[in-house]
Amino acid sequence: MEYFFELFLGGLTRGSIYALIALGYTMVYGIIELINFAHGEIYMIGAFTALIAASLLTMAGFKGLAVLALAMVIAVIYAGAYGYTVEKIAYQPLRQASRLSPLISAIGMSIFLQNYVLLAQTSDFLPFPSLIPQFGFMKSVEHIFSSSELVIVSVTTVSMILLTCLIKFTRMGKAMRATAQDRKMAMLAGININRVISTTFVIGSSLAAVGGVLIASHIGQINFYIGFTAGIKAFTAAVLGGIGSIPGAVLGALVLGWTESFATGYISSDYEDVFAFLLLVLILIFRPEGLLGKSSTHKV
Amino acid sequence: MKDLKQSFFISVWFMLLTFPIMVIRVNTIEKVVQWRWTNMAAMGIGTFILSYLWRYMLARKEAGAQENGDVLPWHQKLFSERKYFIPFVAAVLTFAALFPLFVSEYRVNIMITAMIYVVLGLGLNIVVGLAGLLDLGYVAFYAVGAYTYALLNYHFHVGFWLALPLGALVGAVFGILLGIPVLRLRGDYLAIVTLGFGEIIRLILENWGAFSFGPSGIANISRPTFFGMMITRSQGILFMYYLMIALGIFTIFVVNRLQDSRLGRSWLALREDEIACQAMGIDRMKTKLAAFALGATWAGMMGVIFAAKTSFINPASFTFLESAIILSIVVLGGMGSILGVTLGAFILILLPEELRAFSQYRMLIFGASMVLMMVFRPQGIISNVRRSYEYHES
Amino acid sequence: MRRIFSIAVIVMVVMAFMITGCAKKEVAVEPIKVGVAGPHSGDLASYGIPTVRAAELVVEEINAQGGVLGRPVELLVEDDVCKPEVATNTATKLVSDGAVVVVGHVCSGATKAALGIYNDAGIIVMSPSATNPGLTQSGDYPNFFRTIASDDLQAQLGVDFTVNTLGAKKVAVIHDKGDYGKGYAEFARKYLAEMDGVEVTLFEGVTPGAVDYSAIVQKIRKSGAEAVVFGGYHPEASKIVTQMKKKKMDLYFISDDGVKDVTFIKVAGDFAEGVYASGPMDVSDLPMYQKAVEAHKAKYDGEEPGAFFKEGYAATIALLNAIEKAGSTEYSAIEKVLRSEYVDTTVGSISFDEKGDAIGVGFSMYRVVNGEYVEQK
Repeated sequence: MEYFFELFLGGLTRGSIYALIALGYTMVYGIIELINFAHGEIYMIGAFTALIAASLLTMAGFKGLAVLALAMVIAVIYAGAYGYTVEKIAYQPLRQASRLSPLISAIGMSIFLQNYVLLAQTSDFLPFPSLIPQFGFMKSVEHIFSSSELVIVSVTTVSMILLTCLIKFTRMGKAMRATAQDRKMAMLAGININRVISTTFVIGSSLAAVGGVLIASHIGQINFYIGFTAGIKAFTAAVLGGIGSIPGAVLGALVLGWTESFATGYISSDYEDVFAFLLLVLILIFRPEGLLGKSSTHKV
Repeated sequence: MKDLKQSFFISVWFMLLTFPIMVIRVNTIEKVVQWRWTNMAAMGIGTFILSYLWRYMLARKEAGAQENGDVLPWHQKLFSERKYFIPFVAAVLTFAALFPLFVSEYRVNIMITAMIYVVLGLGLNIVVGLAGLLDLGYVAFYAVGAYTYALLNYHFHVGFWLALPLGALVGAVFGILLGIPVLRLRGDYLAIVTLGFGEIIRLILENWGAFSFGPSGIANISRPTFFGMMITRSQGILFMYYLMIALGIFTIFVVNRLQDSRLGRSWLALREDEIACQAMGIDRMKTKLAAFALGATWAGMMGVIFAAKTSFINPASFTFLESAIILSIVVLGGMGSILGVTLGAFILILLPEELRAFSQYRMLIFGASMVLMMVFRPQGIISNVRRSYEYHES
Repeated sequence: MRRIFSIAVIVMVVMAFMITGCAKKEVAVEPIKVGVAGPHSGDLASYGIPTVRAAELVVEEINAQGGVLGRPVELLVEDDVCKPEVATNTATKLVSDGAVVVVGHVCSGATKAALGIYNDAGIIVMSPSATNPGLTQSGDYPNFFRTIASDDLQAQLGVDFTVNTLGAKKVAVIHDKGDYGKGYAEFARKYLAEMDGVEVTLFEGVTPGAVDYSAIVQKIRKSGAEAVVFGGYHPEASKIVTQMKKKKMDLYFISDDGVKDVTFIKVAGDFAEGVYASGPMDVSDLPMYQKAVEAHKAKYDGEEPGAFFKEGYAATIALLNAIEKAGSTEYSAIEKVLRSEYVDTTVGSISFDEKGDAIGVGFSMYRVVNGEYVEQK
């Protein structure tokens, strides 16, 4: 029984990690129906920026929680800026084009950013300091569920709640919903589409950066390629849960995390990824819009 | 003046944006920090100039969109009028036939690779360009073809010529197998599921060691025989080259005929508007399956060729990046256009080999060119002009 | 406007053809051409570049002393990014360009793909790092040599040490699903199964780059293993070791030379203490090795040489020495010298057996003690 519980917690952590990245994917898709392949790279850039910031801060004499907080803020700002820039360069000019063009552009951007960091930094795996402190109250259960895992799960939950509130209750949220529903109508209603879309990208990228910093602290190392591997999984999670839906992204991510964890624990770690993708295929066959997606009726 | 201000701000923005990654290099292994201020200066100047270029190109693109389509683009003219077409084809064929005599074996080898990608591009073109089904897992069929030959060769000593049609057949079967579950999916969901399939195939090949020999791959795959005689490696390369030229011509011919056939027209209808297509009485399911199957057939065949050419395959050759490259060939070349896809394959494969000196920046340039092509010329190098027929009163 | 663009594209393509057409085959002239093939760009560049630098240092020194057989040595450095299909292109290019011998390739898969081409062309290939046993043991590649011992020896050493020295009876074998890691793990499993009273409690692969390894770690704990034998590279090893230690699992951790890397210690930090890894025998007191390291530091700003530097250095020396002793660049002459004579290199005094493996190199077990790898005698 304890084994099951451990796997459950492991899956919860995994799922939360995927969720933080999946939220960004789903927000962007909801607004402009684009699979932002470059999102994973924004996550990676967030982690790298945090590493650079943390190293400089530590050298300058800051300690502990201050380093985490400042590095996080810097990473979030930079990730948001990168997200904004990527959107302006690679996606905005293509808004009128067919579906395929922005997708190719996104794949190209993803490859470009990966290699940009590879060339500008290094191909090595760089150790990332464990910035998240060990909480005193967690000491007894630290070996089952660590402090950093608790922080990751909490941050994901809080992010989801905040994001849902943003979408439901704020003006910007309403503008986002309107733009997602019908862009032309939203324009006619006086909404500044460009600003709404940019905001969406910035928020999504910031979340990815938060995820990047936390996950890097938890795992202990970063590398220019982490965006790709985490990205595919997170993106699978978003689609699984119904792309465009925020609770869907989190649910999909959790389901994916638990599937992987239990598949490894009870079947075999060899086919871990196969199970993840098979799950995706099966769910989409029987429920093409994803777990929480809205089935849209197309008017002709 | 406005331009100057804008470029200045863009320049400053990029300098600040790329400051952490480009200027500071932190190596937490060695615990050193490296400051590279020249990078920042280069970034500033570079983006300043580039922003001007960007604005100019965007303006040109806007202006170009209003161009009239009365004058037939040169390539349409080339193909539709006999007096241009025949000499063109003759010239190309002569060049292709005599090519190996002038160049080193190495370049012939590269050309074979380029031709493989031409056929792959044309195959994917059927699925993506003609039928409008976004397939991000095309590499799976390529892998299936390659492993079919490799395994049959290893276990049963099946020769190349027998494996070639078998590879195509297995490809087609897998195409149908992939197509069935995704029939109901649209657009991006279809893309993701196909991506998932591509990964599933690769992961199974990697992990089911008993069947596929896992990550170590399969080595010593036989070369093609020349009328039953074993040939040396050099002759093998030459032989493969001419074989690929022949297969390339065959593929172009078949795809061209398919495009004009009833099936081809159903695909175009499917691409434009699925629901209207169904309303017109076209069986959506059969049309989609036909697209997947036929597209996959070419990939399967090319898989066999690939295995014979490199004589060693392993799952690492069949990643998502490969699918992305083939997709780029189709989109960059011009979706639905045979000439475009051919040109796209040549450029995308030959250029990196020529620029081996810059191999470090190869992937960077690749990514950047994908973005740039989409922004400035989304229709591809050769845009596909719809065939229209006019009725004139005689 | 569009027309001009299209014409420009056609002209570019035609020009590309013409350029390729005009490049004639080069005839091998005065210099002795030595090919160096491996990953020189991309994510695996750090495994290939040290060998290039080693070859360059050797050639600089030899050319300063008059070259080999009175002829200058020229290096043909080609990139294969560790991909088999690129490796075949690289090999074809080196053959076309007239290489007489080749130092490389670096990755076993790429080497496998390229060897057939070199074999047909009668070119001797010596790898500093391709440790796949089949390359020499299958007998398929008579032209292949290497200056590093093969993986099955490593696995044997690891297994012997785990069972006989550490006394573990229940062992979990984990790998990273890669060619190298899984190969090592499969040999380990085989040797463990052959030993009496030893149980392999688990044999599984983990996905490299996954975000979390707690599931496999818990599975290891559940299986009751006393030791974990891991085949793979240091990124996954450090993540697994970290997780294991955090979950208070006190198991022995034994791994291969992909983990016997200073980077492993730096990344895993304190959690690396007590980890065992096998690696090439310690040669740090060999004068030639020390000289080579000094030369590297002098040329590259005090930088320590990277992976396989000494093996690449040794390979270059062994090949050039064989050409010198043989008095010609002919295949069978060089081969004879390599297999019959010993040569002093940065990995010791070595010769080669009929299969191509180096005689005089081997593996040792190392342990992380106080933040450093220490050889266990």
